[in-house]
Amino acid sequence: MDATVQNGGRPAAAAPAAIELRGISKSFGPVQANRDIDLRVEKGTIHGIIGENGAGKSTLMSILYGFYKPDAGEIRLGGRPMTITDSQAAIRAGIGMVFQHFKLVQNFTVLENIILGAEDGRLLRPSLSRARGVLRQLARDYELNVDPDETIEELSVGHQQRVEILKALYRRADILILDEPTGVLTPAEADHLFRILRGLRDEGKTIVLITHKLREIMEITDTVSVMRRGEMVASVKTAETSPEGLAELMVGRKVLLNVHKAPARPGQAVLEVCNLKIVDDTGVERLRGIDLTIRAGEILGIAGVSGNGQTQLLEVLGGYPEKGSTLSGEIRVNGTLLSLSGRTCNAAERRRRGIGHIPEDRQVEGLILDFAAWENVAFGYHDAPEYSRGPLMDHDAIRRDAAAKIQRFDVRPPNCYLAARNFSGGNQQKIVVAREIERNPDLLLIGQPTRGVDIGAIEFIHKRIVDLRDAGKAILLVSVELDEIMSLSDRIAVMFDGRIMGERLPADTTASELGLLMAGVDPTFRQPEPLTQDP
Amino acid sequence: MDTMPKWADVILTPLISLVLAMAISALVILAIGESPVVALTTMIDGALGSSYGWGFTLYYATNFIFTGLAVMVAYHASLFNIGGEGQAAMGGLGVALVLLYLPLPHWALALPAAMIGAAAFGAAWALVPAWLQAKRGSHIVITTIMFNFIAAAALNYVLVNLLRPVGSMDPASGRFPESTHLPKLSDMALALGFEWGRNTPVNISFFVAVIACILVWLLIWRSRLGFEIRAFGKSEPAALYAGINPVRITVIAMLISGGLAGLMAINSVMGEAERLVLNAVEGAGFIGIAVALMGRNHPLGIVLAALLFGFLYQGGGELALWTSIPRELIIVIQALVILFTGALDNMVRMPLERIFLAMRNRGS
Repeated sequence: MDATVQNGGRPAAAAPAAIELRGISKSFGPVQANRDIDLRVEKGTIHGIIGENGAGKSTLMSILYGFYKPDAGEIRLGGRPMTITDSQAAIRAGIGMVFQHFKLVQNFTVLENIILGAEDGRLLRPSLSRARGVLRQLARDYELNVDPDETIEELSVGHQQRVEILKALYRRADILILDEPTGVLTPAEADHLFRILRGLRDEGKTIVLITHKLREIMEITDTVSVMRRGEMVASVKTAETSPEGLAELMVGRKVLLNVHKAPARPGQAVLEVCNLKIVDDTGVERLRGIDLTIRAGEILGIAGVSGNGQTQLLEVLGGYPEKGSTLSGEIRVNGTLLSLSGRTCNAAERRRRGIGHIPEDRQVEGLILDFAAWENVAFGYHDAPEYSRGPLMDHDAIRRDAAAKIQRFDVRPPNCYLAARNFSGGNQQKIVVAREIERNPDLLLIGQPTRGVDIGAIEFIHKRIVDLRDAGKAILLVSVELDEIMSLSDRIAVMFDGRIMGERLPADTTASELGLLMAGVDPTFRQPEPLTQDP
Repeated sequence: MDTMPKWADVILTPLISLVLAMAISALVILAIGESPVVALTTMIDGALGSSYGWGFTLYYATNFIFTGLAVMVAYHASLFNIGGEGQAAMGGLGVALVLLYLPLPHWALALPAAMIGAAAFGAAWALVPAWLQAKRGSHIVITTIMFNFIAAAALNYVLVNLLRPVGSMDPASGRFPESTHLPKLSDMALALGFEWGRNTPVNISFFVAVIACILVWLLIWRSRLGFEIRAFGKSEPAALYAGINPVRITVIAMLISGGLAGLMAINSVMGEAERLVLNAVEGAGFIGIAVALMGRNHPLGIVLAALLFGFLYQGGGELALWTSIPRELIIVIQALVILFTGALDNMVRMPLERIFLAMRNRGS
């Protein structure tokens, strides 16, 4: 039995810190992921750790959770030095972790997932009934309500995350680490999560929140640490800092958080989608009649929680609807009807019609990670005449072209022989963006352009997207980042459950109104609930 | 980051694996009371010590180059073709039908015709599993291995009931016409005025195999089709995104693979046996898997690995002939080499990576 909460939520000046790291270093081969990190998190506080991708946040937390052994340094929990050899030891020490990608068994019930690995004995029934009691208590205390008998696959993403938190609490975690917890949540769900976290903090739990969203840090944390290139560059009280100040600390230079763009000057309609429907091979209707128009020189942003049909829309427009699905409706590009099935419905044909595509998942779709950067620059355009020499590919021509594009898009390191795998997330994305934008498409489809991309690269990618718009091209932007949608789009359409819930102009709407639309509520028919969100 | 330099990955790892396999083989030979040193010298003498030995080693290596290339092409499309055995057997049937039923006055005409027959039959035998994989998702490992059995049974039927000359008790076809016999390397040496490898089966197919290596290299690393095959093999979602048709790539890669496996028949059936016999492939289809694995799915590596296995085949035969080491033990030695270079690759690779990492860290 572990000791439970000892001194409530009372601030204890003399009490030892819940987590104290001293001089933690860890390197992977030539890469120093953590260099001499000191971190102090007081008991009963919410502490944010912020930093660009590859800054070493996840490595540091993995060390705390026993996944990696530090090369040097000391971990103290509640003042006592600890060696955490594996995740079992971390759990015993009272650490719980909620991963970005949930570790749940899809076809088990909530209750079964919660006791998994923490069964009391050989028989399941006593554990299950005990867990049921604990769960009821936790639900009452922290607004953590989930139906214990529902299977995971039936739950929404927000509820699945609650199960992860419950799992940690059931194992008597006093320290809860959450890795990018809001990436998959609607604004309302995120608000609920924050209420839960505040409740836990007030009960004396210590919470570490890893995120790259400045707004969340400002909203919920008490203290914040900033990491840059494996080093801890600052630890400050949240109340004494500002988003601009944190961004500067993260990147190491001044950053423009807002996109500056001139008003759009829309021209001819480039993309016209009329009553587009998709039924997948299990008979589920994924798109339920989409109507869209995008004109030359404008950006249409599609907001929505992921999984509401955005992926299917991008795939159909990109020429590769899911195998076995049935499509109906019409798609026109520059007035020409596109085929929705058969041999002429493929991505190569779409590219010939002037459609570029930055896919949602660069690592799975947009790049071949084992290919060199130059091969990836040709990927999808490998049959272009300028890349060919007779029946063979002209490697020299491709390399010359790739080197130029890599230089223009400031991909680092500027080495076109390096495998795509070895670039950071932001630079991988720049390779994809360079490939698609430099082809100068009439219509550019963009899915999650800055997911997992560091702030410096976000700024750059946004600027290139706006430049393309100003060059008179049509852009369809799908993103789950509401800030991104609001700052880049000329018009915003909100998708929910395969439908367009409504269209708004960025100037005439607020994050809370879009949040309601994203949750399937049309605020024009109902009194909008006040959300604690900055406009 | 790559932790090892390329030379270590490509040369050092297989070499260490090989040494380990040899060490354990030595222990096994010791255990049955024979001398490993004598065994090794017998093998080297028998396989590489004379032009006669080389003639056989190269003959076997030719078979393995074809089947190794077949595995390699499919592998780059992420398809594990273990049906080389059946495809090569069918290739043999193709060769036999061409040579028995077409009037071909000279080997220079017979060779391309037989190559077309061999490749077409081998490819056709790979087509059904390929189509099932591409369209129905039936796993190619399962279907190709089933097709090995079907090929063996079908060939048995054809030989016994259709191709066996009247009055013969032997389940084999009649001999191919004299005019279609391929020149042996020994004949070519004689024509050039020296004696080399008399009475060995290695023939002009060896050069066809070398040319096939070059063509396969061009295909995989220099052509658009090869680019698409490799991209599809690395990531099917990415291939779809790029407009590469998975069905087309699966079928084409398997056709090429089956064709290459079938081409083995010009060496064994046309060049050596000069008639079609039962079990003409003799396991070369399966050895091709080990050859491709050990050769790192690169034509150059495949040539080297094929030579190694040719050496093991020929040296093993000599071992059985001159020592009291039983024939079965030679199969054990071959299996150990396959085990260490293929299946246990990571056992050698990972400690080696750690050593290189430590060296680099100390250096920096």
